[in-house]
Amino acid sequence: MKKLKILVVLSIVALFATPALAADTIKIGFNIPMTGDIPEVGEGSKNAAEMYLADINGAGGLEVGGKKYMLEFIYMDNESKADSAVNAALKLIEQEEVVAIIGPNSSKQAVPAGGTANENRVPMISPWSTNPSTTLDRPWVFRAAFLDPFQGPVVADFAAKKFGAKTAAVLFDVANDYSVGLAEVFKSAWEAKGLGPVVAYESNGTKDQDFSAQLTTIIAAKPDFIFVPENYNQVALIIPQARDLGYKGPFMGSDAWGTPDLVRLCGEKCNGQYFSTHYAAAGAKGATKVFIDRYTAKYGAEPADYAALTWDSIGLMVEGIKNAGMVDSNPRKMRKAIRDGLAAIKSFEGVTGSSKFNEQGDPIKCAVIVKISDEGTFVFEESVCP
Amino acid sequence: MDFIIQNVLNALQWGSFYALIALGYTLVYGVLRLINFAHGDIFMVGAYISFFLATFLIGPIIGLSPAVAFVIIVPLTMALTSLVGVTLERIAYRPLRRKGAHRLYVVITALMAGLVLEYSNLALLGASRLKFPALIEKQIWHLGGVTLTNLKVMVIVAAILVFLFLQWVVTRTRVGMAMRAISYDKFAIPLMGIPVDQIIVVTFVLGSGFAGLAGLLFAMSYPVLEPFMGMLIGWKAFIAAVVGGIGDIKGAFVGGFLLGFIEVGVVMVFPSTYRDLFAFTILLLILWMKPSGLFGIPQSTKI
Repeated sequence: MKKLKILVVLSIVALFATPALAADTIKIGFNIPMTGDIPEVGEGSKNAAEMYLADINGAGGLEVGGKKYMLEFIYMDNESKADSAVNAALKLIEQEEVVAIIGPNSSKQAVPAGGTANENRVPMISPWSTNPSTTLDRPWVFRAAFLDPFQGPVVADFAAKKFGAKTAAVLFDVANDYSVGLAEVFKSAWEAKGLGPVVAYESNGTKDQDFSAQLTTIIAAKPDFIFVPENYNQVALIIPQARDLGYKGPFMGSDAWGTPDLVRLCGEKCNGQYFSTHYAAAGAKGATKVFIDRYTAKYGAEPADYAALTWDSIGLMVEGIKNAGMVDSNPRKMRKAIRDGLAAIKSFEGVTGSSKFNEQGDPIKCAVIVKISDEGTFVFEESVCP
Repeated sequence: MDFIIQNVLNALQWGSFYALIALGYTLVYGVLRLINFAHGDIFMVGAYISFFLATFLIGPIIGLSPAVAFVIIVPLTMALTSLVGVTLERIAYRPLRRKGAHRLYVVITALMAGLVLEYSNLALLGASRLKFPALIEKQIWHLGGVTLTNLKVMVIVAAILVFLFLQWVVTRTRVGMAMRAISYDKFAIPLMGIPVDQIIVVTFVLGSGFAGLAGLLFAMSYPVLEPFMGMLIGWKAFIAAVVGGIGDIKGAFVGGFLLGFIEVGVVMVFPSTYRDLFAFTILLLILWMKPSGLFGIPQSTKI
């Protein structure tokens, strides 16, 4: 109730305040999970955004067409739910009248919210979503991360090479677009290699805590490794439970593993496992290192991949606004100009590496394989480029 | 064969949690005819209480060994969680009962009390998950192709002991007799000199205390805690209690294990995607054939 009141007051304030500000500020909305299943992701994204905002506004604003404009970021919690992400997007578009949206991060929210942004003709960049549907046939939606049709084969190739694996098993979250999509891509990539079959293909729900039945089925099929494209909080339960059930082989993960919280929640049991992700903080050079050092100094922890990708998404957005070359006080016209500006970007140098963009608005960039070391840190193993 | 035995053990462990929580639902329902929808969240509070006790006792200030800490944590968690349950009864349910509110309003109050517990936890501790420290040294036993951990055995044994204890309390003691009497006729009972409020407090102490125990064991088995961890398992345990025949101790126990076995059994035979669909269809069929549950007695007024 109190939240509602604050919201009402805020929107009234915003209603009166906007006309005065509109001339010299550019409003960008963030649709991020600050509560729910993956609150770390929302926090990391917000941290990166605040840092970027301080940089731009500290330098007097963003220069577009010879005039400086201040940036204003509005953070909206999507509770890590698909329906809330759509609502958050609508609120940002209709009430806050933002000219562009960054987020949601997970495909589970980015796929539906991408549809909302596209229908309402608002440019959106998802930092972390890897499911192809997010941007497919949506001219207003862009992203900063690579796609699952690339990530799936990367995992399959690495496992075949590193573990000498012939058979694989998959455990995925059936209520999560990201997990389902990646599991399917991986399955066809593995079968296409012709080394052996996917011997078990099991699923669970998002709120599940006990995985023993699925794991018993998987272990009975004797796979050479288990691929778990799930969020880190579930991974932290799955791996110890599999060990309790007597499984001794390796696990492979995907980019949803890439948060320090995985190690905190899972403990030693997750050490020694591998996952594919967007970048590795350890051993970074150049602009990436500068970003990591600044972030670490400011927030006391290394930025995870979603923080780095949010940084790059804002970078892309700024590039798009610069390409637009003008700021229109009419949000509709401004949105169109930003979209065209974003579509005009052909390549981009970010802290997560360089990428080229195809006609769907998807970047083509490298993936890295990271190992969780015995000390529980993420160590660079190898880089795989398309 | 190993595969089946392993899954039976999995089902026993998972069913134990349903049974422990379902017992609390059924106990309160049996006495007050109140579906205490906050029970799943009391279970969550129990898990958090045990977390804070554990980190405090094995932390640098006290520095106990985990095993010693565990022995202290069990009764302390149960006591503190039952205090939460009693407080809830005192501030939320009793005033309504005094004013003679219809049972429906008390049930809605219970739903809200559960949400208050969830969101106050979210507000106080934030959305980030907590990692429960390891209290007992985990041992994995291999018996042929079957693996078993000491924790699994402990959970199953605890569920059975709690059931036997509650069954004894309700059917063999004076307090139990008073509980059954209140459920039978709550207007005539005070006239017989039975202190109704005290008996209700005892009921909440028992129900919440064992929810606290379930929370502790759950946190040890699945060591990732979040504010909404009690919601889904609470609902499912409630369904288990209804299928078993709500109000009946034996029914809650059997219903909890039944749900555990159906869930694991479905995953064993069919693709795991169908688990909840099949599990709840089976339970629906059971209720369709026996609406009062397996051990329930038909009544004309139920919510």
